[in-house]
Amino acid sequence: MSKHMKASGEQSNLAVDTATKIGLDKKAKKPQLQPKKNGFWKRVNNQKALILMALPFILWLFIFKYIPIAGWTMAFQDYKPQNGLFNQEWVGLDHFKDLFNEPMFYQALENTLGMGILGIIFGTLAAIIFALLLNEMRFQTFKKFTQTVSYLPHFVSWVIVANIVTTMLSQDGPINAVLMGLNIIDGPISFMSNPDLFWGIITVSDVWKEMGWNAIIYFAAMAGVDPQLYEAAKVDGASRFRQMWHITLPSIRPVIIVLLILSIGNLINIGFEKQMLLGNNVVADKALVIDLYALDYGIGMFRYSFGTAIGIFKSVISIILILIANGFAKRIGEGRVF
Amino acid sequence: MAKKKFTMFDILLLILMFFVLVLTLYPFLNILAISLNNAIDTARGGINIWPREFTFANYTEIFGSNDRLLQALFMSILRTVVGTITGIIASTMLAYTLSRRDFIFNKQVGFLLVITMFISGGLIPDYMLIRELGLINDFMVYILPLLITAFNVIIIRSFMDNIPMALTESAKIDGANDFTIFWRIVIPLSLPVIATIALFLAVGQWNMWFDTYLYARSSDNLTTLQFELMKILDNANISGGDVTSQNAEVLAGQTNPQSIKMAITIIATVPILMVYPFLQRYFVTGLTLGAVKS
Repeated sequence: MSKHMKASGEQSNLAVDTATKIGLDKKAKKPQLQPKKNGFWKRVNNQKALILMALPFILWLFIFKYIPIAGWTMAFQDYKPQNGLFNQEWVGLDHFKDLFNEPMFYQALENTLGMGILGIIFGTLAAIIFALLLNEMRFQTFKKFTQTVSYLPHFVSWVIVANIVTTMLSQDGPINAVLMGLNIIDGPISFMSNPDLFWGIITVSDVWKEMGWNAIIYFAAMAGVDPQLYEAAKVDGASRFRQMWHITLPSIRPVIIVLLILSIGNLINIGFEKQMLLGNNVVADKALVIDLYALDYGIGMFRYSFGTAIGIFKSVISIILILIANGFAKRIGEGRVF
Repeated sequence: MAKKKFTMFDILLLILMFFVLVLTLYPFLNILAISLNNAIDTARGGINIWPREFTFANYTEIFGSNDRLLQALFMSILRTVVGTITGIIASTMLAYTLSRRDFIFNKQVGFLLVITMFISGGLIPDYMLIRELGLINDFMVYILPLLITAFNVIIIRSFMDNIPMALTESAKIDGANDFTIFWRIVIPLSLPVIATIALFLAVGQWNMWFDTYLYARSSDNLTTLQFELMKILDNANISGGDVTSQNAEVLAGQTNPQSIKMAITIIATVPILMVYPFLQRYFVTGLTLGAVKS
């Protein structure tokens, strides 16, 4: 590892580890074109074309990825855009103190974690069950068709999904019509203007949109299960259901755990698209998530420093969650991410 | 597995899967039917998957008499085309330098790239940067910030890793420089993965609305189809999700906002349906590969 990697702290170790994992560093596997004894400048000279090819994009990374990270300093200043970058008043942790004294912040945190956890539980369950059932299907053409259709919603935008959801759930929409037709309810439910239903609506729309797509990876893992295991189970007289339970599920357990860890690490990064598009004034309290909060207060009210503090808080929580999930996975001895 | 013996279990599965199909497809068909139905008649309700009074009026309204929606459609197409091409050029060039183990700055560049997968500045610093760069209400705001995604670069790089080194070495002996090797050998051999990433980029660009909302809200000629749809949805949501005729902007003649909304939804979905068969061939392998790598 080069010098500057050692110099940086824990975060960079994380990244280096990952870089190694995903293979950015496995130079040993390929013979080098040039012997190492060549001088540095000679190699630079030989690789002019490669350097020129990488240069614009390294610049791009610095501008569009690293300057915003440097922008975190705004959270410790009373940032006023007209004062330029270096002429700001430093205020220490004041914005963080404000943040932790703000009741709205706890509301936003609760909503983010609530919808995040519901999303992980039902998203994972739905994808695994769907993949299991699809895996058991015998009619090949119908199976392929179902799978193809199942990931269609993944490719349309949340704007379109939000439109579909509001249409389906409107007072005179199909869902109300079906419920009333089955005599389950007497009058139409106004789904979209009931705060108590908002988390549920978000979770269900998320499952509707992503179930098929998320199932792809479980389905692929199931295809890799040794057929002999099923043969043996059949000889022992296991039913199809018992085969699913005792062979298929345990076989894909490492995949399930890795994906769960990843989603726990991303628990707080649930975004705001769904909440912003499906929310309205009536359900605003339940729809406010951390990113929306940063957007409304940070950009909407020109409180840039405050908004940045929210962003930093989110990043810190996110890194802590990743480390916890990873440590937990290590302890139970299953596949871990880092 | 090869033995064909259908049991109750198979029939139950079949019914369940049929149910999933209906749940997935019905909303799209319902919206298609409403978009093709006479707007005034639609208000009576009860449209399922067949239009009752068939008409193209909602579409002719968008394509014929509404300049703004036509402009939005044009801008959606433009940003998708330009964004995909520039994104592919950027990702493949960067991926190629990363796939070259002998590249002198290989490790450093890889490190800089991977870091961005874990830390980002967040909403406000990103916004401030775009403002400082003067990209507000500029077409380039659709292109520049979305140029490179670390994940895409890593997927392309892993594909390029599998290109035999002997090919590039022999080209080198024949006197080709690194750029020629990239352009004449590596790119043609990487077409499958380039197609996958191109389609991902295209879908991403086509579906994007938030950058318009944030950076180009006040510019009429930068508006996109997704953003127009979002605005109509936003207006409708104020009344708690039930669409009433509020959006006077699009209200004209034979049609109403709800019908226009459905027609825009269909127009915004059709390109996805068109690339779908091509997409489908690649993305399953693409996703599996990406998953194994990370």
